[in-house]
Amino acid sequence: MLLITCPYCGVERPEIEFRYAGEAHIARPAEPSKLTDEEWAEYLYMRTNPKGLLAERWRHAHGCGRFFNAIRDTVSDRFVTIYKMGEAKPDLERLVVEAAQ
Amino acid sequence: MTQDFRTSAGGRIDRSSPVDFTFDGKAYRGFAGDTLASALLANGIHLVGRSYKYHRPRGIITAGSEEPNALVGIAREKGQNTPNLRAPQVEIYQGLNAESQNRYPSLSFDVGAVNDLLSPLFVAGFYYKTFMWPRSFWQKVYEPFIRSAAGLGKAPTDPDKDRYANHYAHCDVLVIGSGPAGLAAATAAAQSGARVILCDEQSELGGSLLHDRTSAVDGKPAVDWAADAIRALSENDKVTLLPRTTGFGYYAQNFVALAERVTDHLANPDPRLPRERLWQVRAKEVVIATGAIERPLVFPENDRPGVMMAEAGRIYLNRYGAMAGKRVVIATACDTAYRTAVDLKAAGVDVAVIADLRPDPAGVHVDAARSAGIRIEGACVVTGTKGRLRVKSARLGRIRPDGSVTAMGEEACDSLLMSGGWTPNVSLYSQSRGKVAWDEDAGAYLPGASVQHERSAGSCHGVFGLQAVLEDGYAAGENAARAVTSAAKRPKVPAVTGGEEGAGGTLGALPHDRDPARVRAFIDFQNDVTAKDVKLAVREGFHSIEHIKRYTTTGMATDQGRLSNMNALSVASKTLEKPIPQVGLTTFRQPYTPVTFGTFATTARGEAFDPVRRTPMHDWAVEKGAEFEDVSLWKRAWYFPKPGESMHDAVARECATVRESVGIFDATTLGKIEVVGPDAAEFLNRVYTNPFLKLGVGRLRYGIMLNEAGFIMDDGVVGRIAEERFHVTTTTGGAPRVLAHLEDYLQTEWPDLNVWLTSTTEQWAVIAVQGPKARDVIAPLVEGIDLSTESMPHMSVREGKICGVPTRLFRMSFTGEAGYEINVPASRGREVWDAVWNNVEAVGGAPYGTETMHVLRAEKGYIIVGQETDGTVVPDDVGMDWAVGKKKADFIGMRSLARPDIVVAGRKQLVGVLTNDPKVILEEGAQVTAEASPALKTPALGYVTSSYYSSALGRSMALAMIADGRGRMGDTLYVSTAEGAVAVEIVSPVFYDAEGGKQVA
Amino acid sequence: MPEKSVYSANAHLSPIVVTSNVRVEEAAPLVRLSLRGGEAAASHAGASIGAPLPLEPLTSTMADKAAAFWLGPDEWQIAIQEGDATAVFERVETAMADTPHSLVDVSERNRALIISGPKAAWLLNSQIFLDFDEAVFPVGMVTRTLFGKADIMLWRQSEDIFVLEAWRSFMPYVIELLQEASRELEAA
Ligand SMILES: [Zn+2]
Repeated sequence: MLLITCPYCGVERPEIEFRYAGEAHIARPAEPSKLTDEEWAEYLYMRTNPKGLLAERWRHAHGCGRFFNAIRDTVSDRFVTIYKMGEAKPDLERLVVEAAQ
Repeated sequence: MTQDFRTSAGGRIDRSSPVDFTFDGKAYRGFAGDTLASALLANGIHLVGRSYKYHRPRGIITAGSEEPNALVGIAREKGQNTPNLRAPQVEIYQGLNAESQNRYPSLSFDVGAVNDLLSPLFVAGFYYKTFMWPRSFWQKVYEPFIRSAAGLGKAPTDPDKDRYANHYAHCDVLVIGSGPAGLAAATAAAQSGARVILCDEQSELGGSLLHDRTSAVDGKPAVDWAADAIRALSENDKVTLLPRTTGFGYYAQNFVALAERVTDHLANPDPRLPRERLWQVRAKEVVIATGAIERPLVFPENDRPGVMMAEAGRIYLNRYGAMAGKRVVIATACDTAYRTAVDLKAAGVDVAVIADLRPDPAGVHVDAARSAGIRIEGACVVTGTKGRLRVKSARLGRIRPDGSVTAMGEEACDSLLMSGGWTPNVSLYSQSRGKVAWDEDAGAYLPGASVQHERSAGSCHGVFGLQAVLEDGYAAGENAARAVTSAAKRPKVPAVTGGEEGAGGTLGALPHDRDPARVRAFIDFQNDVTAKDVKLAVREGFHSIEHIKRYTTTGMATDQGRLSNMNALSVASKTLEKPIPQVGLTTFRQPYTPVTFGTFATTARGEAFDPVRRTPMHDWAVEKGAEFEDVSLWKRAWYFPKPGESMHDAVARECATVRESVGIFDATTLGKIEVVGPDAAEFLNRVYTNPFLKLGVGRLRYGIMLNEAGFIMDDGVVGRIAEERFHVTTTTGGAPRVLAHLEDYLQTEWPDLNVWLTSTTEQWAVIAVQGPKARDVIAPLVEGIDLSTESMPHMSVREGKICGVPTRLFRMSFTGEAGYEINVPASRGREVWDAVWNNVEAVGGAPYGTETMHVLRAEKGYIIVGQETDGTVVPDDVGMDWAVGKKKADFIGMRSLARPDIVVAGRKQLVGVLTNDPKVILEEGAQVTAEASPALKTPALGYVTSSYYSSALGRSMALAMIADGRGRMGDTLYVSTAEGAVAVEIVSPVFYDAEGGKQVA
Repeated sequence: MPEKSVYSANAHLSPIVVTSNVRVEEAAPLVRLSLRGGEAAASHAGASIGAPLPLEPLTSTMADKAAAFWLGPDEWQIAIQEGDATAVFERVETAMADTPHSLVDVSERNRALIISGPKAAWLLNSQIFLDFDEAVFPVGMVTRTLFGKADIMLWRQSEDIFVLEAWRSFMPYVIELLQEASRELEAA
């Protein structure tokens, strides 16, 4: 059972308190009706699914209820960094370099 | 029965407390403190089981959980058998009944032993070779044969009556194993102020110190030093000591699962105690101190009862006062077996000879044996054994310098103790995802780098000799504590005399002078895998150790091959002509030893498997004889049969009562969300297809919620309580999902909106009163609300009081009749219900359940999300385009309603279905086709989603989703039934009161 | 410490668990309000109940017969031992009139248990995976978490007294498992 730190509660809790909520930083288009079918499909369904670092959304569903973002390594299952909703997405390439050091 | 093989004194048993038990129905006596294995040995019993494949007689080999042969089943009562318990771990108690396994009809005469004669048929991979063809034989011939002939032990036949507990624990340092290294580590960590858990799979803490007769620590006998160390730990309230507790699973981030056996050792356990407890431990640091396991020697007929590990012989002697035999041959490649010889000799056992593979054994342990007058033969190998159910003699051979062997004759003995050296026990390290590394000097795989916050201490990472092990343990404990607290103290390591490291060891099959075609030397005793099998597997092309394991089944025993792996690996390595590290080692996985299902389930069984949610009016329904159905976690009253009524009768009566008079229904389980804030209307406008900005205060609106793909995810009625306050209802099962969906958009897409969501599902009890007499029934109870249709029309909400209780009164209908849903604070639900029921009963009304609710809504063509919809249905598909706000700029899912696949013709649409024969009630899910007997592979036009008998119609009716359904009105189609296809007419899905006049009356 | 905790055992009900070292009792009914909004709303609400609402995560504040619990960065639960939920609601609602917020009466949604005694933490650890070491879970800490499969709110009122709240329909499940875990304490 992984431990995940909630950036709002400031504590580490077992994974079972959390719910995964898909890839992060996919903003809902401001005016969906102006999008082509292809653009809408891109928003709805296309995800990066990388082997390595992935920015994803989690929710402290059984705690404070807040959604937050996390960078997780899909290979090692390790959380590299966790940040609040609305904060900028970290530079993944830089994180990879840092992790290697 | 006398205990002929019991020493006259010594050991940790209580000779003043005799314990009577039975083994295979025969009565024996042991002492308190005995294990089943030690008590049997004291009674001269070695034969305890039959092997899995050949049904060869087998004896006790080890004194630990790695025991491959002495597996027993124990049932405290009929139907409650626990199979595959390892006799060296079973503590005897007065009245214990243990049964051997894998034998029929008895241990000493077993018909399955014919397999042994047929052994050429049972070579490596025999499962794959024998049972492959013809395929049709599998179910009728092979599987029953395998099931009856094979299998370890008997599964219990009745539900487990025992209770199992769970406990979550946290600690700074978890120490697994309480031998010298573990005790030292726990002591060092505890002295540093750390929170420590020390667990050990044995009944008593202390590990090898408990059978060390000759070493001294701090000037005290080793066993006394251990007792003092354990006492000091037990007096420290930051230390938890857990004997009888196996660390069986090492998971991510130092999450370690332990299985504590709480009552298995007790004759009359208190029924309030759990049988076992699952400890789910989160440790900051882990010290693995699981010791090393002595390797068997692989020589012909090494599986005869009486052949045992040398260290086990010493454990049984020193800890339990049980002698393996009275005349013992010791076969070894390692000095530690000499300690056994010396101790046996001191106890009066005749040690016939120590046969050492090494040409010139030397060292302190060898010297001790020599000065005890024990005969030692170097370059000497056991080449076979004789005896039927117990060893009678050992055949010895001399190893020539060229490696060949010449016979030396036979040595009579009633026990043969062997040692091939020691294999560090890296199972838990391997479970922690660490990669073991081959250490050429140690001749063993040792833990490599730590992947988690753990360290190994003592012989499990190749440190031997008591002084070195203690030093290693103290250092591990100190370092673990240092990692979690700055206050770590450097402990003083006590001085040891004796207990020197024993050198030597061998791997793989030993040389012999026998006919290789006729003899078998076993590697894996439990699975009957011989050295020959491993060689054959390699010859047949299995070169990876993982493949060899699965093909031969070596290492697949209850100990995961801790006893056998290294010998198998060595044989494979030699056959492959590759060094061991290139052959690799199989991965050790959780659980370390078998764990009962009860321990995994703990308390999650029966009523406590999931929370069972009941409404405040549940007991009333029980009193009225309701049948219940599960809807998500809720128990909902399904229907209320009167005496003698079938379900069909009851539902027909309830439906008719609602249509003609009035019914009362418990709607408490519906999800409820209070949406509050200045932007509440704007928010709802974005999440529902319907327009919400202009909904007046005091008005209700039915709303449909889509996901972003355009598909219906939930529906419900929304009431505007105040300008900035809405009362939203959801489906019973959809409540948590809807709240999470709304929070998601609110928190992540529209954080600028000033609106907040609060679940009020359980704040309110909800009493639905539906039918022409609904108003008359509640009117006398309501205060402060004008119930007239003019003042409170259909789809409106008012606040006031009912029976003196504050209420939010909804005028709405899910039945097509005029009706109300009375929301009252949950704790007042029952009293208001009782009052309303009084009035309902007085006018001839009835309670109704979910089945009647389903029928009534189906008569009106109202959908149920999840029944008519399946996650691929848009509003227009179910004829609810009217609920989609055409003038809205955006709402969740709106863009998707314009997707090409949504606007295309031919989508399935909701229709009504009437069978030509009004008595036929279709099956929900039945396929709808254009022809009665369509050609194979013709796609169905659709399927039935709801189907009932309608008392209002006096006939059956159904709803269905059918391709282009609205264009097929009046058409005849066919629906498959168990009796063949039946003709149906496609009609409007609204069967009852299509004008809708009743509900607004 | 305030004179009287907001939670007191319901005198009309017999205790759920009584052993020599742990008691489980149902708390008497009280008024519970769920407040959502910003710190300004919280400040007005705090003034109206006489206890400033906690702004530090997972903390609580107490006043006489009242307490406020931090449940999320914009979410508090206010508990007041007073008879009339409507009156309390109106008082707090009025205090926040000019500030965007959501105040919802959830008095009836939850039931509360008081778990007390030297074995209280041990008993809770049968189903709760939190570390109750006082350095990790100090007095005054409050959190939502899981009790087995039930969502709960847990507050450490004092070293040996915990308050556990759950939605009312989940409470029989919680009680059954607490009783189950406590049985061995009677044996020991
Ligand atoms: Zn949180």
